[in-house]
Amino acid sequence: MANHSLALRHQFDDVEQQKDASTFGMWIFLATEVLFFGGMFCCYTVYRSAYPAAFGHASNHLDLILGAVSTAVLIFSSFTMACAVNSASTGARNALVAFLGITILFAAAFLVIEMSEWRMLYKEGLMPGFNFTYKEFDPGHVQLFFCMYFAMTGLHASHVTIGIGILAIMAFRAWRGAFGPDYFTPIEISGLYWHFVDLVWIFLFPLYYLIARHLQG
Amino acid sequence: MAEHIVTKKQYSYVFGALLLLTFVTTSVGMMDLGRLNVIVALVIAVIKALLVVLFFMHIYWSTKLNKLVVVAGVAWLALLLWLTLTDVLSRGWLPFPGK
Amino acid sequence: MITATVETRDNYLNHEYGVKSWLLTKDHKRIGLLYLAAITFFFFLGGIFATVIRLELLTPPGDLVSAQTYNKLFTLHGVIMVFLFLIPSIPATLGNFLVPLMIGCKDLAFPKINLLSWYIFMAGGACVLYAMLQGGVDTGWTFYVPFSTSYANTYVILTGVGIFISGFASILTGLNFIVTIHRMRAPGLTWFRLPLFIWSMYATSLIQVLGTPVIAVTILLVAVERGFHLGIFDPALGGDPVLFQHLFWFYSHPAVYIMVLPGMGIISEIVSVFTRKKVFGYRFVAFSSVAIAVLGFLVWGHHMFVASQSVYASLVFSFLSFFVAVPSAIKVFNWTATLYKGSISYDTPMLYAFGFIGLFTIGGLTGTFLATLGFDVHVTDTYFVVAHFHYIMVGGTLMAYLGGMHYWWPKMTGRMYPEGWAKLSALVVFLGFNLTFFPQFIMGYLGMPRRYHAYPEEFQVYHVLSTAGASVLAVGYLIPAIYFVWSLRFGKIAPDNPWNASGLEWQTTSPPPPENFEITPVVTYEAYDYSILEEMKVG
Ligand code: HEM
Ligand SMILES: [Cu+2]
Repeated sequence: MANHSLALRHQFDDVEQQKDASTFGMWIFLATEVLFFGGMFCCYTVYRSAYPAAFGHASNHLDLILGAVSTAVLIFSSFTMACAVNSASTGARNALVAFLGITILFAAAFLVIEMSEWRMLYKEGLMPGFNFTYKEFDPGHVQLFFCMYFAMTGLHASHVTIGIGILAIMAFRAWRGAFGPDYFTPIEISGLYWHFVDLVWIFLFPLYYLIARHLQG
Repeated sequence: MAEHIVTKKQYSYVFGALLLLTFVTTSVGMMDLGRLNVIVALVIAVIKALLVVLFFMHIYWSTKLNKLVVVAGVAWLALLLWLTLTDVLSRGWLPFPGK
Repeated sequence: MITATVETRDNYLNHEYGVKSWLLTKDHKRIGLLYLAAITFFFFLGGIFATVIRLELLTPPGDLVSAQTYNKLFTLHGVIMVFLFLIPSIPATLGNFLVPLMIGCKDLAFPKINLLSWYIFMAGGACVLYAMLQGGVDTGWTFYVPFSTSYANTYVILTGVGIFISGFASILTGLNFIVTIHRMRAPGLTWFRLPLFIWSMYATSLIQVLGTPVIAVTILLVAVERGFHLGIFDPALGGDPVLFQHLFWFYSHPAVYIMVLPGMGIISEIVSVFTRKKVFGYRFVAFSSVAIAVLGFLVWGHHMFVASQSVYASLVFSFLSFFVAVPSAIKVFNWTATLYKGSISYDTPMLYAFGFIGLFTIGGLTGTFLATLGFDVHVTDTYFVVAHFHYIMVGGTLMAYLGGMHYWWPKMTGRMYPEGWAKLSALVVFLGFNLTFFPQFIMGYLGMPRRYHAYPEEFQVYHVLSTAGASVLAVGYLIPAIYFVWSLRFGKIAPDNPWNASGLEWQTTSPPPPENFEITPVVTYEAYDYSILEEMKVG
């Protein structure tokens, strides 16, 4: 009970209400995130429907295997995040810290893979604004593909980075013993954020790596 | 509202399913199935997303209100796409100059 | 002195002192006042730009300022008024102050996030100010591509970043309100016992949360495209500039309802109190707020009738636009019906409410004119459109905002404003407003395009009238600015419930204590039930 009153902020009547409010607030925030990314998904859809052939050509310059591996890595980090929440709810402090650590590690691995892909594209002259030398099929619209690719994966990567920061703070607090079986809402809502980052990638992967490869018109 | 605790074992089943679906969608992506490619890739993506939202994110056990928020987020995105495409896909339908 | 009795009572203003106690406050009431200070500054800044615009337009040739400067003037006027004044105006000030009080809780669900939103807003505002001092921006508040991305030589990115940042302040306010209204209502305060102001804040918050992210990402794309010379919207690379407009208006049409819905909420409160009646058709008025929020998302294409949107899409958007008028009309009819056989008193807030109802009706009706495809093709980008939205944003929202400020001023400050001056200024505002903007309908209809700094002589008479009206309007805004400040020291001490209203905010002291209520209120009656006041006196 002591834990309760410490963690209860004055505007709430009880812990239940506070916990509910926090999760609800986080879900609303995630809905705004859906629309934040949604603007870019809308651009993608419009251009993909207008220039399928150029998107097909461009898509083949992405490394499918690398994409699949990074998907698996991110999904794994989502899984370990879920386990972290589970550990928190049972009060297993060491396991909680460990799972958060693994999640951070895999998140970082995802970023490394992504950066290597970006570097490759840069070297191939496929990075608009920095080095774009592609001259073969319909260069204008291929550039459009890569503009959207970098905009969307870039925005996603920035979310991954923020996620790593949040999880690091959580891991630190967990290590200091800030959470217990009756107070772990921060872990839970950081988890929600992290799964959302995973969700975005679950759509980015097929949109960029899979669905246009064979459309070369 | 009672807290629903999901075990690590249950999570690992979900993880397994997600991994399998990633494998399937990648393999299918390598084959040329024409229009079917898009459909398969998107259907699998939606299934994966559902698995994550329902189980990893606990929406399956969550309040109606939180479910509503998820639906609203997706519905508004659909609205954005739908009405934008109303314009983009119908340009040139009617014989007026300037689209 | 007269102040003695009040000053001794512990309230949110005298609970703590010092700059730090304000800048680090988590009290929603104080944060509301922080916002009030900020947006008042931006309002007068935007007003200065408007003044120069009106002076330039006094004579047909473009003699006062250059064309480029003129472009910057109307852009900064629009950007500041829309993003830094109107959007936060009612929600972030009155809303912040009133939502917890009206639903009987101690604070918003997330007080720290509330304070954070103010800092984010200030950071966004600072970016815009910095861009202004560097030399401004000339794209219009709409940032249309490819001008904004490829051709403008002004501070587009900096201004864009400012808007991007302040957008998050708006999102956070909306998020906070939604959670608070869902989760923190006092015992017994069911959805259909809520004051209509709360319903309108709720609907507004929905739009803030669902719409704002889209403009944020759109502005981000514009900034990225401009900064790195990409081709996302650039037609030279096959990009689609019309797509930008879709994304922009997906937010910006609903955003006009972010601006006007809170005003409607205020009017419902005021009309009820000053007629001593329940709002006619409470449920219809409540649901019409939510209906406006939802339907408002279906009509954005009516801003793109001549922007090479497909004719088919224009037909669809034109058709859908008429549906938004329905819930708006429901509100107007129900306010009018509330007046019927009410015992009306003509205090200042009520004068503003009358102003709102009339002017909003004109603005809304001309909106349906504009939504008519065939008519809009003729008047789009003319002063007719300018008049339309000023009737709603200035005649509607600003009137409601001022009405609300007068109505809740006693609660916020513990002081009454001087009624005589207030009535006078309400009248001056009403006359000045109509003199400024009614001629714009006529000249727009006759073909005067918007955003031009020079014009043919035949339009001069309307411009002279309009500028004259603007001067009157300026006086009308300065008078309240002066007497509100004056009243802080010299105003009469306000009683707890000067209007005999039944809302929870009036059942606590004026100004309220830091925790809002000594004991959490329990609600057993519907909103606007004035008979309850008699019972409470007896009991
Ligand atoms: C009854 C509902 C309304 C309808 C049907 C309506 C319709 C329209 C239409 C069709 C236009 C485009 C005119 C053109 O550019 O040719 C327009 C412009 C505008 N409306 Fe409304 N409107 C309504 C309510 C409002 C409200 C409530 C506000 C503000 C609070 C508002 C603010 C604006 C603004 C700012 C513009 C000009 C945007 C620009 O191009 O800079 N409208 N309206
Ligand atoms: Cu509109």
